[in-house]
Amino acid sequence: MPQSSPGGKPVPIEVIEESLYEVRRKIYPRSVSGLFARWRLILVLATQLLFYGLPWVSWNGRQAVLFDLVQRKFYIFGLVLWPQDVIYLTLLLILSALALFLFTAIAGRLFCGYACPQTVYTEIFMWIERKVEGDRFARIRLDGEEWPWSLRKWRLKVTKHSLWLLIAFWTGFTFIGYFTPIDTLAAAILHLSLGPWQTFWLCFYSFATWGNAGFMREQVCKYMCPYARFQSVMVDKDTFLVTYDKVRGDPRGSRSKSADHTSLGLGDCVDCSICVQVCPTGIDIRDGLQYMCIGCGACIDACDQVMEKVEYPKGLIRYTTERAVEDQESNQSAIRHILRPRVLIYATIITILTTAFFASLLTRNPLRVDVMRDRGALAREVDGVRLENIYRIQIMNASENPMKVNIQVRGLENLSLLNSQGREMGELVVAPASNLLIPAKVSTGIDQNEPGNYPIQFDVTAREQDGEKAIIRTRDEKSSFIIPR
Amino acid sequence: MSDFLSSGWSTYIALVALLGIFWCIWLLFSQRKAKVVHTADGAVADTGHVWDGDLRELNNPLPRWWMWMFLISCIFGLVYLVLFPGLGSFPGIMGYSTRGALMQSMTASNDELKPVMAKYVNMNIIDVAADPKAREMGQRLFLNSCAQCHGSDAGGGKGFPNLTDHDWLYGGSPENIKTTITYGRGGVMPAWSAVLTSDQIKDVANYVRSLSGLPADDLRAARGAEVFKANCVACHGADGKGNIAMGAPNLTDKTWLYGGSEKTIIETITKGRNGMMPAQDKVLSPEKIQLLTAYVWGLSNNKPDQAQQ
Repeated sequence: MPQSSPGGKPVPIEVIEESLYEVRRKIYPRSVSGLFARWRLILVLATQLLFYGLPWVSWNGRQAVLFDLVQRKFYIFGLVLWPQDVIYLTLLLILSALALFLFTAIAGRLFCGYACPQTVYTEIFMWIERKVEGDRFARIRLDGEEWPWSLRKWRLKVTKHSLWLLIAFWTGFTFIGYFTPIDTLAAAILHLSLGPWQTFWLCFYSFATWGNAGFMREQVCKYMCPYARFQSVMVDKDTFLVTYDKVRGDPRGSRSKSADHTSLGLGDCVDCSICVQVCPTGIDIRDGLQYMCIGCGACIDACDQVMEKVEYPKGLIRYTTERAVEDQESNQSAIRHILRPRVLIYATIITILTTAFFASLLTRNPLRVDVMRDRGALAREVDGVRLENIYRIQIMNASENPMKVNIQVRGLENLSLLNSQGREMGELVVAPASNLLIPAKVSTGIDQNEPGNYPIQFDVTAREQDGEKAIIRTRDEKSSFIIPR
Repeated sequence: MSDFLSSGWSTYIALVALLGIFWCIWLLFSQRKAKVVHTADGAVADTGHVWDGDLRELNNPLPRWWMWMFLISCIFGLVYLVLFPGLGSFPGIMGYSTRGALMQSMTASNDELKPVMAKYVNMNIIDVAADPKAREMGQRLFLNSCAQCHGSDAGGGKGFPNLTDHDWLYGGSPENIKTTITYGRGGVMPAWSAVLTSDQIKDVANYVRSLSGLPADDLRAARGAEVFKANCVACHGADGKGNIAMGAPNLTDKTWLYGGSEKTIIETITKGRNGMMPAQDKVLSPEKIQLLTAYVWGLSNNKPDQAQQ
């Protein structure tokens, strides 16, 4: 780990009283270009295109993706989920966690470096910062300027924060747009007629984006994110990680380009510290794997450029495994260790769960039925010849088409089902994405059965009219029929 | 529970809460500094604490902003305890209570519903009953407030009148129904065991059964008619058709609130009955009562096609 020096147990020389609460040392990451920087750019664009664009997509004349918390209906393209479908959310979260485990086992914190919102927004904010204030050294100089600020510093800082706040606001607005129709939300903002809670959440998410991506940055990863802390149990000797090749690089030191460094007793590391300068979390990758490393690969890109300049082979810092470095193996042979039990088990579970998830989602029955027996009275005599129990039947239509519903009851001889007016139930119409509550009388002949509690079953058949074609949906709901003593 | 009636416990809990917060603040500041061992190259090594031979405690300082957040949390806690209940039995200066919050949200939801229901208040009950939207709201109100006794289908049960037939204890006109819902009703059948002998009671019971055409002992019924004339006519009327002014049931029809068997009628006469319809004026707004009246009236008066749903 970082603090252990290569020489084994350190020799204590002095004891100093230090603060246990550290003032944050601001990090000025230097801009970097290369393979991994390009991949990150692609992923930033892809995730943000998805995030900012999705709420504007229409489907069936409504917002394609909308989590309507007030109506408690969750629209995802053709799918309308109800709170009863929370199992899908649970499954999705379990799948996400498993995917995280799998990717971490294969190649470390891929998610952190490329797709985590914290990284993505920090990346966007740093890009603006670089465009406005300049690269690392320009920024250090600018921040070093003493109070009172020059006009130039004011101008740059105001420009930067205005741009940041604009993006933060748009992010907050988009986020709320997933929970309340985004076009009416936009109209409400333009007319300054936003409700108090919408205003609060808009300010909250804007402020959180601005604060997290502009100021907190690596502090979120280091002190708030639990993933950083348990990555050490998720990786093993065969996990591909951003690694400094100690065997090849040490001992480090600067040298003239013409000198033969092997004869000077030096490794390939020229100790230019560029890997430290580009690191967004401000660590030195040469200290080995540490919990602050988000696996972004910036140091790989930076080091490769230096290696190219000094005409050494690339890959002094590279994606490789601990075993490969120890055994001086090539990555080609290290790749063969990817298929190990841990990876196979994760992959198997994910495959099974994903299949189950989609199978259950595709065969999901949009007809739901609840039967509640009236508990106020056990049973009632009707005209001295029949014995009646009362039920409330709730029929939920979770599809976007009207349903024509028929109900039948069975389980006892001579059962009859009537509506609350004492007439035949007939065909009921349940409007799209709505529910219907109807009281029902179920009766049987008096003295036909012994007193007791009899299981009965309501068979509900619905014809969902999807344009021209009719889909038959069925649902059986169990209940009980009580014949009192 | 009686323990909590004395103010000692309240003080004790308040003290525990306050001491907890102040202890946290003290801990935060007392742990501000630590002795750290530095190695020859100047890098921080560890605090010098070693467990199990090789488990060394490193110095990984917390960020300063974390300390401030902690302190802000403590201050938030103290402010909260001043504003809201939490410090023993001190109610907080905001006067907040969960009961008050419930009342507030109920008033708010009533206010929200008012404009939706308002247009029905001045309408004729019969017109309201014909309005499908009003019927839907009426059904929901009925299921919430009335179905516990009268059943989800309003068909009633023993002791709870059936609201779907044409038999009404206190009258079935819209005005009567509204009065019943608003102010409630108390239907009292006095116990006759102290006045009549059990033989007389059996006679009356047979007479009452004969009134509605149920099989009865003719001799007893004839004797019972005399007893009926002397004791029951005041409320049930000379012809036994009842009186809606006092909720005395009509004894000549086939509707029996408590049952029409000889045994049940004898029990009713001997022990009396106490029916109770609770007043809803304190519970439901006038708009809701209007909608409920229309719904209940409609149950027995709407045409079948209307009454569907």
